[in-house]
Amino acid sequence: MLCDRCQERPAEVHFTQIVNHTKKQMNLCSACASALQAESLGVASQLNLHDFLAGLINHHFMGSSIKTNATPQVHCEKCGSSETQVAKNGLFGCSDCYSRFGERVRPLLKRIHGSSTHTGKVPKRTGGTALITKEIRLLKNQLQEAIKIEEFEKAASIRDRIKELEQKLQ
Amino acid sequence: MSLKETVSNPYSKWLEASGPENDVIISSRVRLARNLTGYPFPHLLGHENADKILYAVQSAIGHKTLPGTVGNLELSRMTELSPTERLILVEKHLISPDMLENPEKRGVVLRDDEVISVMVNEEDHLRIQCLLPGLQLKECWDLANAVDDGLEQILDYAFSEELGYLTSCPTNVGTGLRASIMLHLPALVMTQQISSVLTTLSKLGLTVRGLYGEGTQATGNLFQVSNQVTLGLQEEEIIDGLITVALQLVTQERAARRALHKEQRFRIEDKVWRAYGLLKYARNLTSNETMTLMSDLRLGVELGIIPDIPPGLIMELIIMSRPAFLNKLKGSDLNPQQRDTFRATLIRDRLNTLSNE
Repeated sequence: MLCDRCQERPAEVHFTQIVNHTKKQMNLCSACASALQAESLGVASQLNLHDFLAGLINHHFMGSSIKTNATPQVHCEKCGSSETQVAKNGLFGCSDCYSRFGERVRPLLKRIHGSSTHTGKVPKRTGGTALITKEIRLLKNQLQEAIKIEEFEKAASIRDRIKELEQKLQ
Repeated sequence: MSLKETVSNPYSKWLEASGPENDVIISSRVRLARNLTGYPFPHLLGHENADKILYAVQSAIGHKTLPGTVGNLELSRMTELSPTERLILVEKHLISPDMLENPEKRGVVLRDDEVISVMVNEEDHLRIQCLLPGLQLKECWDLANAVDDGLEQILDYAFSEELGYLTSCPTNVGTGLRASIMLHLPALVMTQQISSVLTTLSKLGLTVRGLYGEGTQATGNLFQVSNQVTLGLQEEEIIDGLITVALQLVTQERAARRALHKEQRFRIEDKVWRAYGLLKYARNLTSNETMTLMSDLRLGVELGIIPDIPPGLIMELIIMSRPAFLNKLKGSDLNPQQRDTFRATLIRDRLNTLSNE
């Protein structure tokens, strides 16, 4: 007799599982039996990323709405995705979802990335003021460096450049 | 080389054993996730919108804004390819397995040497990828960055000043950058150091996966290491971090190889020659057995035990002996048993021609 699960190896173990009062019996090989046992203990080795993420989003989105049960579901106006859908898929529906579900997204991102502020590349054409903000941040680092090694003349010129950029932002 | 040639030739630039540290690092890859503003993300994208995005990408790659260094890019819709040909692109690591679903919405942009590929409407609207042999993460990033710059001139990206590039999955948001290296680590596996190495890597915020990405097992001692965090770091920081780790892995693997070859010379040489013998004469080879034997053979070549096999050939044979490629070469759909026989024949022929030269 072949294993019910993999249909490859001979069945050696009679495996009984009771889920929601329903008894399920299977004849399994030893490899599949130990895999199933691990699964039923909740320690499946290949944890699916999407399921994992969906759980995480669920926690961040739903965790707060359980307390305030009466609050209606928030929907993204652009794509129509609801929080429940986002939590279920582990994926946002469109780029507007990020601002629509804003407050809830932030702690989630912090949890995944350890940060919720982008410091990398900025698209030149559509990046808006982000390019300037990024340059200011870089210059501020340079300023600290310059002060540290006591290059005050250089520091002064960096400081002027920062001021100039900050005015542009206003 | 056109797309039709791509799917009928097992050779790819990244298979060349030419890059730096190529005795341990097989290839480097950088991937950028980008989305267009004003459209739902691909998993909610209707056919009409999917088409619009494909057209937008088509016109963007034909535009003069793409720098000369990027070369000639060509977009193909997945529906222009047969199911076997699509699988071959997966086996050559040019597209992900997810691209096989809903082919009518999806497309792939390829450069003729297969170094640059852009998946259209996969998990994100655009996945710009650059794949090079050996440890060349910086070069990959420069190239992907250049493609991105060019496309950005035409396409309106979904970008937030605070969160960076917006992606359908929150694990990619920010830089949208996933840098990864594929390593061959037989000696760390044999000396049982691999599990502690893998644990350390996960503590450093890196992910380790098998040859074909998410959820796949590490066969043939091939491992993919990539960054987990995409937000809060600059692209260069992510790349530099991974390079540092990669170089340490190279040092450790080399040390383990030298130790093994010194302490257990007989065992290693026996293992290598056995693998060579089986590959040269076996009449039936399963996919998994092939991967294991190829790993032993490669180790033999890298330790100088078997001198006359170009290391690039080994990766080429691995790609060639994947199921879809075998079907393509044979010109018909083979059942698993026929495949194992045909695989053995192909490998035998190649290795025996080589030793007769």
